[in-house]
Amino acid sequence: MSRPALVLPILLGAACLSLGIAVALGSVPLTPTETLAVLAGGGEPLHRTLILELRLPRALAAFATGGLLAVAGALMQVLLRNPLADPYVLGLSGGAAVGALLSMLAGLGMAMVSGAAFAGALLSTLIVFGLAHGTGSWTPTRLLLTGVVVAAGWGAFISFLLAISPTTELPGMLYWLMGDLSHAHSPWPAWIVLVVVVLVAMPLGRSLNVLARGPLQAAALGVAVRPLEWTLYGVAALVTATAVTMAGSVGFVGLIVPHMLRLVLGNDQRLILPASALAGGILLTLADTLARTLIAPQQLPVGVITAMLGVPVFLYLLYRSR
Amino acid sequence: MSDSRLLQSAPAPLLTLMDLVVDIPGRGDGAPLNLDIRAGQCWGILGPNGAGKSTLLHTLAGLRPPRRGTIRLQGQPLGQLPRRRIARLLGMVFQDHQDGFPATVLETALIGRHPYLRPWEMESAEDHQAALKALRQVDLAGMETRLIATLSGGERQRLAIATALTQDPRIFLLDEPTNHLDLHHQVAVLDIVRRAVAQGRSAVLTLHDINLAARYCDHLLLMYPGGEACWGTTREMLVPNALERLYGQALVTGEVEGVPVFFPRTR
Repeated sequence: MSRPALVLPILLGAACLSLGIAVALGSVPLTPTETLAVLAGGGEPLHRTLILELRLPRALAAFATGGLLAVAGALMQVLLRNPLADPYVLGLSGGAAVGALLSMLAGLGMAMVSGAAFAGALLSTLIVFGLAHGTGSWTPTRLLLTGVVVAAGWGAFISFLLAISPTTELPGMLYWLMGDLSHAHSPWPAWIVLVVVVLVAMPLGRSLNVLARGPLQAAALGVAVRPLEWTLYGVAALVTATAVTMAGSVGFVGLIVPHMLRLVLGNDQRLILPASALAGGILLTLADTLARTLIAPQQLPVGVITAMLGVPVFLYLLYRSR
Repeated sequence: MSDSRLLQSAPAPLLTLMDLVVDIPGRGDGAPLNLDIRAGQCWGILGPNGAGKSTLLHTLAGLRPPRRGTIRLQGQPLGQLPRRRIARLLGMVFQDHQDGFPATVLETALIGRHPYLRPWEMESAEDHQAALKALRQVDLAGMETRLIATLSGGERQRLAIATALTQDPRIFLLDEPTNHLDLHHQVAVLDIVRRAVAQGRSAVLTLHDINLAARYCDHLLLMYPGGEACWGTTREMLVPNALERLYGQALVTGEVEGVPVFFPRTR
């Protein structure tokens, strides 16, 4: 009983620490005292610019994106009653990537690219959930399979777009595909969505716990299953679209974060959802810091780091669950 | 309790079936059902595999719409009541249990409190007490922290019944409650149902064992494979010919302690 009470404060502390590390590390490393001085409102002008205009917005963007992806994964896993569901696996990220690439090819500005990514994620959600709905039964396996196939379709379309793109455009596009936070401008929209979604999802937590026992059992225990499922689809699409718009298609955060938390905390969504938001944020903040510093001054796409972490963890979890 | 006494007290029916035809996909209409289920009654549903027993229970629980007719729960049309309200009155134990994610025994029993809690509300100490009491009743005390994936079929079945007891509904709808249970626990679970019924609840259960139905149910509904149905008090319904036709199986009939017993005739 005391474990859940402790988890959130610990994660909150770790979240602050990860943000601190993210703003202190970089091509010009800062000491903790220098970092704190800037955050307290003082410090040298160079340090102020470095932290307040470059590193802090990016760290905050990374944190919000990671939190969103983990929450989206946690919600989709309950919805599909399958621990392997996440925005990346279900093709939502792929749809967003296609939207973004198309608008980049058309030479549109950054705001239009973001809007197109959002539209792509929503379109992908509609396709996956609409087709999987089929003749009226929501079978999770069918939904998952539809998502995987749609994701493969988006993948092929992305390869096609890359093949016909002018060479000068390619580096930017590739970065975008692997997930990259260097284009993220303002972190605030993502933060607003993250906070609102967690606040909306928390009161639904117990209903989600019951839904995880299957729709019939949930209905028998007083859950209005259909409205709840539609709410979850909508929220998951919004959350994914926001995250993908910030950072491109970052894989595996939505998959591994909720799963690892479940191994430690059990499956009470009232705890898993806020814990996912924090742990996902911490993971992506640290991954992005690594991506910036590992082979500095060159930057790696953050998706490379999360995939390098995610693939072995995913395989291990699959292996264990046999 | 005799029928005359039931009539004298005449409690309003908890559940009323009016011209009810359940919707079994790909099957023609069955006979319309017209019956009242009152407090203090235990109804057994007997019939061969595929006769629509589970479908009827799901329909009574409001989980699937009937093809025709209406169901009234405490006088109100079932389809118009919010799910939460229904869940306080009707508790359903399913034949299959979908356990997608790991959960403990206590957590699983506690979800029975869901219809009583507000969105932000956490389970209170009383809710925990109710769940623990239900687990004791079905002999699962001491297993609260076990993961459900580690339970045997019979233990999982008793846990499902504990969840329904924690839910504390007026009417229990039990789909094969004795499934997977050993002899002792079959009787133990049906004793729990009988006690609940004696305290003014009612129960509707599907059973495969005619002899348990003869001992525990006061009313029976027989569902024939062709869609016909008949219902009445257990004494009226336990006619060897009717049962033989119901199952398409010759029976040997006897009597033990004043209650008829039936065995399949084998060569």
